[in-house]
Amino acid sequence: MTATAQPPATPDLLYSQDEEDLRSAVRALLADRADAPTVIAATESDTPYDPRLWEALASGIGAAGLLVPEKLGGQGASHREAAVVLEELGRSVAPAPYLTSAVVATETLLALGGDDGPAAALVGELASGARTAVLAVPLGTAPAGSQKATASLDGTVRGVADAAVADVLLVPTAEGLYAVEATAPGVAVVPLVPLDLTRPLATLTLSGATGTLLADADASATAVRRGLLAGAGLLASEQLGIAEWCLTETVRHTRERHQFNRPVGSFQSLKHRMARLWLEVVSARAAARGAADALATGSPDAPLAVAVAQAYCSGVAVHAAEECVQLHGGIGMTWEHPAHLYLKRAKADSIAYGTAGSHRAAVAELAELPAP
Amino acid sequence: MSPDAAEVRRRTRELLAAHPPATTDRTDFLKARFDAGLAWVHYPVGLGGLDAPRSLQQVVDAELAAADAPDNDPRRIGIGLGMAAPTILGFGTDEQKQRFLRPLWVGEEVWCQLFSEPGAGSDLAALATRAVRDGDDWIVDGQKVWTSSAHLARWAILIARTDPGLPKHRGISYFLCDMTDPGVEVRPLRQITGEAEFNEVFLSGVRIPDSHRLGPVGEGWKVARTTLMNERVSIGGSRIPREGGMIGPVSATWRERPDLRTHDTHQRLLTLWVEAEVARLTGERLRQQLVAGQPGPEGSGMKLAFARLNQEISGLEVELLGDEGLLYGDWTMRRPELVDFTGRDAGYRYLRSKGNSIEGGTSEVLLNIVAERVLGLPAEPRNDKDVAWKDLSR
Repeated sequence: MTATAQPPATPDLLYSQDEEDLRSAVRALLADRADAPTVIAATESDTPYDPRLWEALASGIGAAGLLVPEKLGGQGASHREAAVVLEELGRSVAPAPYLTSAVVATETLLALGGDDGPAAALVGELASGARTAVLAVPLGTAPAGSQKATASLDGTVRGVADAAVADVLLVPTAEGLYAVEATAPGVAVVPLVPLDLTRPLATLTLSGATGTLLADADASATAVRRGLLAGAGLLASEQLGIAEWCLTETVRHTRERHQFNRPVGSFQSLKHRMARLWLEVVSARAAARGAADALATGSPDAPLAVAVAQAYCSGVAVHAAEECVQLHGGIGMTWEHPAHLYLKRAKADSIAYGTAGSHRAAVAELAELPAP
Repeated sequence: MSPDAAEVRRRTRELLAAHPPATTDRTDFLKARFDAGLAWVHYPVGLGGLDAPRSLQQVVDAELAAADAPDNDPRRIGIGLGMAAPTILGFGTDEQKQRFLRPLWVGEEVWCQLFSEPGAGSDLAALATRAVRDGDDWIVDGQKVWTSSAHLARWAILIARTDPGLPKHRGISYFLCDMTDPGVEVRPLRQITGEAEFNEVFLSGVRIPDSHRLGPVGEGWKVARTTLMNERVSIGGSRIPREGGMIGPVSATWRERPDLRTHDTHQRLLTLWVEAEVARLTGERLRQQLVAGQPGPEGSGMKLAFARLNQEISGLEVELLGDEGLLYGDWTMRRPELVDFTGRDAGYRYLRSKGNSIEGGTSEVLLNIVAERVLGLPAEPRNDKDVAWKDLSR
């Protein structure tokens, strides 16, 4: 057993009453504003994001500022609460720039420190939900990987999630981290056609753009890694929410759907598949809570807890969504039934902030299980 | 009023002061601990408990561990502690509780479980062992199998058919069987590991007094369900450290033996390491739920998870060892008192873990239980519920 093999403290893996109350509020809002037909209709429009939903979630409930200390205008909560919001967003697959703006961009800015200055001011704006920001890196960037930075504010970044609705772009460059207004001259945001319509992607092209330098190159790299680590860790909770919805709906469907004069859910081969999925979902919950708690407490175990959660939860969400489509039969292949939204989100999430394989490589490093 | 943590701590310190572990005989200490109500604090006063919340047992255990007090070796007496005791507590008469619980907990009397039969494993209620009333006694004839600890046990919990004319679940009664009765014959059952950890038990004209019946005649299945539920809730009490399970030895081998590493085994090791860590966290979450008084259904799934993990990890380990994996430590037939995975070689672990998905309910039966009781999926139609046992096809 190695020195790193022991977790420094036992994580709190349960939900507090406050977290359950937050969940109820978010779930009620999403049920009201982002049911499946609404989400499907929105993805086919030019504006997948519902600004009223974002305002209600971000400032009405105060979800955008959960990670931000009160003195900077936030709620002074933690990653544990933000993880609960993401479980609910996963359950509804509503398009909302929560993970990209309220988690990754916010955490990146918070990592720069300081109670005043442009970064602190921007954090306050993000916490209120008045503005959103995205980190200008491809969605597939893993926290432990090497980050490619543009030389300066000239260059192209492909596959930036939620860039189309962001007010501010946080651009890591060789000089440091810049905050660039999305509407500034020399900034072009060109939407791509994404696999997952509920988290739109865009190519960002900067040519002679100007912005505010927030940090030098070293501080920038550290802050970006922390932002991506929080993103990867809390993405596990979104994946948990996706998997939970898929299992619940599949159980509901197979209890009601009759074939051969019996509910199909009474056939043992199907029951065993759903029971195995249930076991994966309860395991994913423990892994996701472990990551959220490690991030919330600033535990030195956080990088390993995040890598474990991502390496595990990515596969669970995809498996749950694939089983959901299969066990719904032909209905699961239709555009009207929301199963495809979950499959697309789950598959895209399995690449976001690093694939399961890249997180296993991180585990190899952190748990001292080196490659041959 | 039930005692709080401070009261339980005070009583534990009183016990330690009156019976210093360093100078007290092990069995005497355990008896004193039982009599002080600190054996299992959630049990009733006078039966080793204090009518306290189950979570306060942690307070006792922490105090006693800090004082280096002897424990009652729950591994050796696991069947008694985990299965016989809660069933006797739930269904026993006052006389039975007084007679059996103290020597059971102290470890003076080891228990075994006479449930499974050659023709009744997963379909346990199909059992054929008969018990026929004869005055104040019952006369039992039949054969049981997969009985761990039978060669060490003083007592057994036994289910037997008392009315073959009723449907199978309704004609069963539950007994406490004296293993020293001359009609009881225990034969070792050698397994794929080469060891005889289990036994076959032949019952020929065994006389059990009616005072050793547990619960009403014909309601043995209901009593047995209590036993079985307790069997499957064996996990949840203790913390497992990271790499605490079977992933520990294989990870250690990986670190110590760079010559064995291949890209293929590296990928599989990492996948299993992650799954083992997630299973550890899931068990920890279940434990936290129990302590918080909100037990979750996760317990039903943990045995499934550990069975699969143990099998996959031990299979990888044999392969990782290559030429050494071709060897086996010792095929001598032995009769171990304890099943200890970690102290043995990889080949043994690989073979023994095959039982993890069979013993205590097969993984297939457990998946049905999860599907029906946790997810609420409909049961498969069955045709054995209303037919007299004697009329079922066998």
